[in-house]
Amino acid sequence: MSTDNPSGQLSTDHLLGIGDLSAEDIELIFRTADGFKEVLNRPIKKVPSLRDITIANLFFENSTRTRISFELAEKRLSADVVNFSSSSSSVKKGETLIDTVNNILAMKVDMVVMRHPDPGAAVFLSRHVPARIVNAGDGTHEHPTQALLDAYSIREKLGSVKGRKVLIVGDILHSRVALSNILCLRKLGAQVMLCGPTTLMPRYVDTLGVKVEHDLDKALAWCDVANMLRIQLERQGGDGIANFPSLREYAMLFGLDRERYERIGKDITIMHPGPINRGVEITSDVADSGASIILHQVENGVAVRMAVLYLLASRIPREQ
Amino acid sequence: MRTSVILGSRAFALTLTRLCYQLIEDHGDLKGTVLIGLQPRGVLLARRLKAALGRILGHDDFLYGELDITFHRDDFRRRDMPLAPSSTLLDLTLDGRRVVLIDDVLYTGRSIRAGLDALLAFGRPEQVQLLTLIDRRFQRELPIQPDYVGRWVDSLDGQRVSVEWKETDGADQVVLETGSDRRGAPAADPISHEH
Repeated sequence: MSTDNPSGQLSTDHLLGIGDLSAEDIELIFRTADGFKEVLNRPIKKVPSLRDITIANLFFENSTRTRISFELAEKRLSADVVNFSSSSSSVKKGETLIDTVNNILAMKVDMVVMRHPDPGAAVFLSRHVPARIVNAGDGTHEHPTQALLDAYSIREKLGSVKGRKVLIVGDILHSRVALSNILCLRKLGAQVMLCGPTTLMPRYVDTLGVKVEHDLDKALAWCDVANMLRIQLERQGGDGIANFPSLREYAMLFGLDRERYERIGKDITIMHPGPINRGVEITSDVADSGASIILHQVENGVAVRMAVLYLLASRIPREQ
Repeated sequence: MRTSVILGSRAFALTLTRLCYQLIEDHGDLKGTVLIGLQPRGVLLARRLKAALGRILGHDDFLYGELDITFHRDDFRRRDMPLAPSSTLLDLTLDGRRVVLIDDVLYTGRSIRAGLDALLAFGRPEQVQLLTLIDRRFQRELPIQPDYVGRWVDSLDGQRVSVEWKETDGADQVVLETGSDRRGAPAADPISHEH
């Protein structure tokens, strides 16, 4: 860990996507997260840094773990928190996004954490409202804090990200986790390979600087880390399964089970961003094995989100 | 910038030895006492005292920790650059224990206030004392006083006192720097700040 630069500042006012961050920004977030990880192991897991900051969590799309993770991160930084989900809001009455958010900001909110089904919603909001925006997932575009916590978990498990071979398996086409992960891992100097059915690969895949392999066994033999993405049934066309014949066929060709894991003949680290479709992309005996760092990812999520919120809040000018 | 040595290496060693004996006088064999160095510079003093106490007492089974105060500081969003945290090593609860907080220079008292705040996340100590190598006694901004002091220094606002260590800076000494203020810009005239 570098101690040459004891102080630091992010190069951005918002976290809209990994695309906006430099490698130095990501390293700064990781160093800061190291400090918060220690705080989270104290008997009293709370620091006063953000006690004069108010944060609104706006979730226009369902989420359990990301919302809880952000809320815990905010509370452990002593921020005031308000929660809002579209099912219980005026959005159903036809209010526009900017109106909704400006009404919330009128009540003196400093930062907005937003999940939205439309790609680009966070960028759009950052241009039109005077608050710091953290993107907690915008449609099929980006999910930057998930990519940061994934890379942080790899760094924690393997010591570094640079030079590691990371395999991302599954529904790349619909996955904001995949896109953010690819951008983040490439910025940190990892090699990335994608694996999945041709129908679930985006058309622009050759612009991403990654390898593509359609044979999971070959891909697993290549990698140090395998990130098994969730099949996003809610984003497939029509009856839910238009891009591949059946879930059973997907599980046979691209699912990771004990037998396939043992055929690799070496230790690799298994990740999953959750929630798991057990028996589809990964079976329980692998997901719950010693090779899996799935629950560490969840634990690290709080520390990484605390670091992001802390560093962004430090750029908010203080009222005189 | 002018610099003058206010504690040379021989006086430095004598002072550390005296601080050790003062701790022993007060805490006996130090069992049940926790020595805690404040990051980043206080830990250098704390590690040195820990080693010296081990030699004097003939055992080193006293409790020791290092505490980072970054997230408890009162100047968050008031400085241009936020401080990145150092590591905290404190793998114990402080409930019912006697704690000696250790820092190299006591100046405004704000770091110690943050240190006390951070400390309370680890339990409710029976007593907390403060040990500091240098006490710049006329510059306090909070009602905080040390229990053990290596040397009092009456300095001006524009001056800087820095404690240097053999391990990191080449020599054990304390240096008074005049001619630049805390932010590194030249001060107009340090004498004019005198009240």
